[in-house]
Amino acid sequence: MAVNPYLPQPARILERRQESATIFTLRLRFEDPVLRETYRFQPGQFNMVYLHGVGEVPISIVSDPEWEGVFDHTIRRVGRVTEGLAALKEGDCVGIRGPYGRGWPLTEAEGRDVLIITGGLGCAPVVSVIQYVIRRRRRFGRLTIIQGVKHSEDLIYRDQYEAWAQMPHTDVHVAANVAQGHWPWHVGPVTELIAQAAPDPGRTVAMMCGPEGMMLTASKLLLAKGMSAEAIFLSLERNMQCGLGHCGHCQIGGKFVCRDGPVFRFAEIRGLLGVRGF
Amino acid sequence: MAPLFLPHPRLDELIRLLLAQGFAVIGPRVREGMIAYGEIAAAAELPWGWHDAQGPGFYRLTRSDAPRCFAWANGPQAIKPFLFAPQETLWRAEKKDGCLVFTPVTPAPRPLAFLGVRACDLAAATIQDRVFLGQAVVDPYYAARSEELFVISVNCTHPAATCFCASTGDGPQATAGFDISLTELDDGFLAEVGTQAGRDLLAALHLAPATAAQQAEAAQALAHAAQVQTRALPGRNLAAALFSRLEHPRWDWVAQRCLACGNCTQVCPTCFCHAEEDRPALDGSGTVHERRWDSCFSAGHAWLHGFQVRPEIRHRYRQWLLHKLAGWHEQFGRSGCVGCGRCIAACPVGIDLTEEVAALLAEADHGG
Ligand SMILES: Cc1cc2nc3c(=O)[nH]c(=O)nc-3n(C[C@H](O)[C@H](O)[C@H](O)COP(=O)(O)OP(=O)(O)OC[C@H]3O[C@@H](n4cnc5c(N)ncnc54)[C@H](O)[C@@H]3O)c2cc1C
Ligand code: SF4
Ligand code: SF4
Ligand code: FES
Repeated sequence: MAVNPYLPQPARILERRQESATIFTLRLRFEDPVLRETYRFQPGQFNMVYLHGVGEVPISIVSDPEWEGVFDHTIRRVGRVTEGLAALKEGDCVGIRGPYGRGWPLTEAEGRDVLIITGGLGCAPVVSVIQYVIRRRRRFGRLTIIQGVKHSEDLIYRDQYEAWAQMPHTDVHVAANVAQGHWPWHVGPVTELIAQAAPDPGRTVAMMCGPEGMMLTASKLLLAKGMSAEAIFLSLERNMQCGLGHCGHCQIGGKFVCRDGPVFRFAEIRGLLGVRGF
Repeated sequence: MAPLFLPHPRLDELIRLLLAQGFAVIGPRVREGMIAYGEIAAAAELPWGWHDAQGPGFYRLTRSDAPRCFAWANGPQAIKPFLFAPQETLWRAEKKDGCLVFTPVTPAPRPLAFLGVRACDLAAATIQDRVFLGQAVVDPYYAARSEELFVISVNCTHPAATCFCASTGDGPQATAGFDISLTELDDGFLAEVGTQAGRDLLAALHLAPATAAQQAEAAQALAHAAQVQTRALPGRNLAAALFSRLEHPRWDWVAQRCLACGNCTQVCPTCFCHAEEDRPALDGSGTVHERRWDSCFSAGHAWLHGFQVRPEIRHRYRQWLLHKLAGWHEQFGRSGCVGCGRCIAACPVGIDLTEEVAALLAEADHGG
């Protein structure tokens, strides 16, 4: 039998970066040299990250798929496993299984305008796609980034947002419900910025991640602007135990988020998104 | 091949042949007031003369001097635990040389011969095969446990009041998935062959063909077993009907009765949800990573770092019923219910999914 798909592979922390009070990035490298060469992923896919003695959690891969031999996870400290991961140091090891799921539609988006909408704290899946498009800027049309945070201090990668805003054919709009200090962007709910956006419906691919209520509202606004439910993509989160389509925890209706997602077309999940209990 | 006749006294020979071939023989026995599958060495261990009475929230055994060992319908336990273990270790992790070492713990394949599997459980096993073996990623634990199986089914001539396999199309007669299929009469079994292995085994017993009268009696018993079922699901694909009733008031009414105990999911032969967990190894050499059956009724099932996707019982019962009868079609190409009725008998408050479905479909669509 082939390699046991349930078995994590040891990976060492090469670098640890604190992004904000609760968010940190781990740069990882597999111990196995063959795996370093053969491991491939797509932005939007995730790994199951194992903390010894505690457990495994799904975490998106945020680095560029073309980097060789290393990959990054940006993690928010929220509970048992992520708190333990936060305490690890450079040189420590974790277990990694993956990559899993369906990532962002980057091939489909080539040559088209890209509209990225994100809300909430440090939405890692979307950082991967922004970085990907920025590094291959000429392959894509206009890039619009709309990011919402509750509080201006929650915006991580603030320097990057400022740098992205300087790129050609790139618009960056950030909204904070509450702003403190110097805040050059919008104050108010992110949906106000989406309402102002004017995507070219025939040319645009929208990709979003964040609280589902926000994504539902944003999707409806984009549909009202003439966009197709096939061109709007959302990354979902559910409890995940296996990442393999076996454990049943990640279901939304007839979909397994781990296998059929985590990135879905709005058309695929429209009936269940925002329905309490799914 | 015409059916053969296996007289009751010769059942032991069949069991001995399987044991001689290295199989552990798993058959029904009376244990703790119920009929449950376990390892057997002789036909005498089968539930001779035992009958069951089942209803919503109700399961009792009774005895008579009837000369049969399969005059009962399935008890709470399916054959599922033998293939999809209720709890098992997946791997161990140890710290070594400043990093981690992972060692898989896969069960040693053990040839199992099931004696007396009902049609509904065979259908359920086919469904579980699709979950664990039929997707892009094969589950090596389930695969190891089901590597070498020999299946002798016994068609159901005594369905319980909770059974509705005729309406799901999964019983009372097994049509596939067996090596040998038996139908019990008062003095023995009609034996039919499903595979070459089954043919070989029966050939070793040198049985006489069943008479026309025996065949007619068996056919009549099976037709009767389908006719006497009073419960039913109103269709084989209820996905559209149920997904259009997400906010039906019936969900509130079922939530007022349901205890979210998860009994229905624990007895269901198709439920596959499981959770993973790390535990310190008993010998102190690191940790073992285990999985165990979980239930969509448990508080942790849909937990999402500080947020509960299904906070209310209404959501959990709806998740269970909708997955089983609706979502399953998209995932595995059929409904996840084989009509065994176990969830009805095992529910402490007697919630009956056939009744819930009927109520959901009968009343006007309340939107969703
Ligand atoms: C596809 C996907 C991608 C993700 N990407 C990222 C990312 O890039 N960065 C990031 O920071 N986060 C990401 N997340 C979220 C991340 O997985 C969670 O934050 C993480 O699982 C939290 O784990 P924890 O142990 O730290 O938190 P906890 O809330 O302590 O525990 C979460 C887990 O523990 C179990 N649990 C907790 N409480 C209970 C209970 N009462 N009963 C039973 N079980 C319980 C559950 O299995 C639950 O999944 C992603 C999630 C998904 C699904
Ligand atoms: S849902 Fe109930 S009747 Fe259907 S297979 Fe499961 S336990 Fe049996
Ligand atoms: S339906 Fe019955 S068996 Fe299932 S969780 Fe509710 S009370 Fe328990
Ligand atoms: S995470 Fe186990 S089925 Fe999706």
